[in-house]
Amino acid sequence: MAILIKGGQVIDPGRVNGAADVLIDQGKIAAVGANLKAPAGCTIIDAKGLLVLPGFVDLHVHFREPGFEYKETIQSGSAAAVAGGFTTVCAMPNTKPVNDNQAVTEFMLDRARTAGLANVLPIGAITKGSEGKELAEIGDLHRSGCVAISDDGKPVMNSLVMRRAMEYAVAFDIPVVDHCEDLHLAEGGCMNEGLISTELGLPGIPAAAEDVMVARNLSLSELTGARLHLAHISTAGSVRMVREAKARGIKVTAEACPHHFTLTEDVVRGYNTLAKMNPPLRTGEDVQAIKEGLRDGTIDVIATDHAPHATQEKQQDFTEAPFGIVGLETALSLTLALVDEGVLTLEQAVDKLATAPAIAFGLKKGTLAVGADADVAIVDPQEQWQVDPSKFKSKSRNTPFAGWKVKGRVRTTIVGGRVVFEATPAER
Amino acid sequence: MSLKHKNLLSLAPLSVEDIQLILETADSFKEVSGREIKKVPALRGRTVVNLFFEPSTRTRTSFELAAKRLSADVINFSPSSSSVVKGETLLDTARNIEAMQADIIVLRHSSAGAAETLARGVKSSVINAGDGWHEHPTQALLDLYTIRERGMAFKGLRVAIVGDVAHSRVARSNILALTKLGAEVRVVGPPTMIPLGIEKMGVRVFHHLDEGLRDVQVIMMLRLQLERQGRALFPTIREYARLYGLTAERVKMADPKAIVMHPGPINRGVEIAPEVADSLSSVILDQVANGVAVRMGVLYLMSGAN
Repeated sequence: MAILIKGGQVIDPGRVNGAADVLIDQGKIAAVGANLKAPAGCTIIDAKGLLVLPGFVDLHVHFREPGFEYKETIQSGSAAAVAGGFTTVCAMPNTKPVNDNQAVTEFMLDRARTAGLANVLPIGAITKGSEGKELAEIGDLHRSGCVAISDDGKPVMNSLVMRRAMEYAVAFDIPVVDHCEDLHLAEGGCMNEGLISTELGLPGIPAAAEDVMVARNLSLSELTGARLHLAHISTAGSVRMVREAKARGIKVTAEACPHHFTLTEDVVRGYNTLAKMNPPLRTGEDVQAIKEGLRDGTIDVIATDHAPHATQEKQQDFTEAPFGIVGLETALSLTLALVDEGVLTLEQAVDKLATAPAIAFGLKKGTLAVGADADVAIVDPQEQWQVDPSKFKSKSRNTPFAGWKVKGRVRTTIVGGRVVFEATPAER
Repeated sequence: MSLKHKNLLSLAPLSVEDIQLILETADSFKEVSGREIKKVPALRGRTVVNLFFEPSTRTRTSFELAAKRLSADVINFSPSSSSVVKGETLLDTARNIEAMQADIIVLRHSSAGAAETLARGVKSSVINAGDGWHEHPTQALLDLYTIRERGMAFKGLRVAIVGDVAHSRVARSNILALTKLGAEVRVVGPPTMIPLGIEKMGVRVFHHLDEGLRDVQVIMMLRLQLERQGRALFPTIREYARLYGLTAERVKMADPKAIVMHPGPINRGVEIAPEVADSLSSVILDQVANGVAVRMGVLYLMSGAN
């Protein structure tokens, strides 16, 4: 069934930026241009005053299934994704059991098909059980549908194992994704180390815990020629090193999360467990560096690190509460705030949400080119709304942005030519 | 006058006047502890719960005595006899206690922020009796009381806090209180024990004990957690004692009338030499005695019984 999206502003980064109609047929983009004719029986979506964008691609989500279905399922996570305009998400392997083998990968893909909402692409583990010791069956993982490998959250501390993983990954041309954290330096830490951790008496995670691993990974990427993708970088040091590495031609891409360019460690005051994430919220200088990195292209991608946790888990005291916040349903608004602030152009913002992440992982997504999968987000850039976690499609409510008045919201999300999300007036 | 705070979680929100009020209230209760019958009816019919998630003998005993001398009903609740092992959250435990009509909850917990988390969830007054590395407000108040009892004025008072400042709730509370009262506070210890950014709390940092002690009027020693040796904070207890142990010789660097304080329990021969701990300049046992009076004052003011 065909869909004609009429009268919107189409932004397909690097290709189109202006008024155009988009025609979808048989799950693909059939045409993009002025005054397209609606074929017989075609559904027409009026996009006047709206942005018509390639569906967003999130390289970093935790959907918790199998193993932690009380936090999120592939069904609920996919619903949150499409409500936030994300048509493709890459699910981290820290499930239970860990996604370190074909069976778990196939289970996740099966659940995603049943959900029938977003494209959920698994990321396989680097090592068996993400224990950092022996390589997982990376070839099998790749063959069964994993688009990258990572031991996210449990970074590979042994540099030799990391070197071998990178070398091995070269054969399959898949990116190796690392959560850069030296676990010795970070031991026991639960927020950024500095004046505020000193005042609060909380064990800190120094910026150096991230920086030393970024440096190691860049060196190993240079040694092995592997494609390296750095998850959620949060420090000025990381930005500086990635900028330098890119200038020297190292195959590295980097992502930043909305919370790391929106919030500083100050919001931890009061022992706010909703401000507890890893990497931790950093200083104002780090936030500035992340913004500058996004602006100048050092940071390619905006990813959410969507990390659902149950209410009772975040009700524990600060040191006990788990790291992480949900992000799929707030990412667009927080990214558009950077456009209002003048950090990014609108086209750059769309690039970082959709096109660049697809390129980083080599996915045929993130574009509205004729023939591409019809994954589309239709966005009202002006709509003002207040973040109300009780209305989230995600199973979890752990966001520090509750009550924030933000701008820009998804109206319609289309995946594979099918409308999978439509904002109802009640949700607006 | 009365204290306009429902809880005592930190010294940060207290004004100079609040601190003075607590110290003056403690004055009147110190006298009670000297009587033959050490009891006043000020908190009769009130319930004080000592909720101690971390082992502590002296602080718990001190709070218990303080509450009993005020005629409050006191219940001691500690994790070994509680349902905490069954996975109940701190807040649920506290709400259960509150449902039994506790007026004041005195909390000791190994996590920084536990008292603040608790206070947000219950209607009872909460007194922080030590939360992780964060604060131990009544310890600082009894330290202030002891200094004041020696006739020292806080304004311009030179105080050295020596030892593992990074992991010390006693140090944080004292830094907040003393700087607020106009004292000149130094922290002394190896860089591994001095937390990042501490100078922004208004203190000067010294890494050599002799320099740090020069002309100070108050030497506040911190207890060395011996088990931290394995965590690369210091090489050996022997070397720590040599570099940062307070000996009679080193006390001479300080003002001739300087007093020596320690929150206890002391490691004799490690952070403090026995002859210093037992010397005339040591006020360590005065601190313990004053602890009861200060806690009586705090309980009294918190109960709103004035």
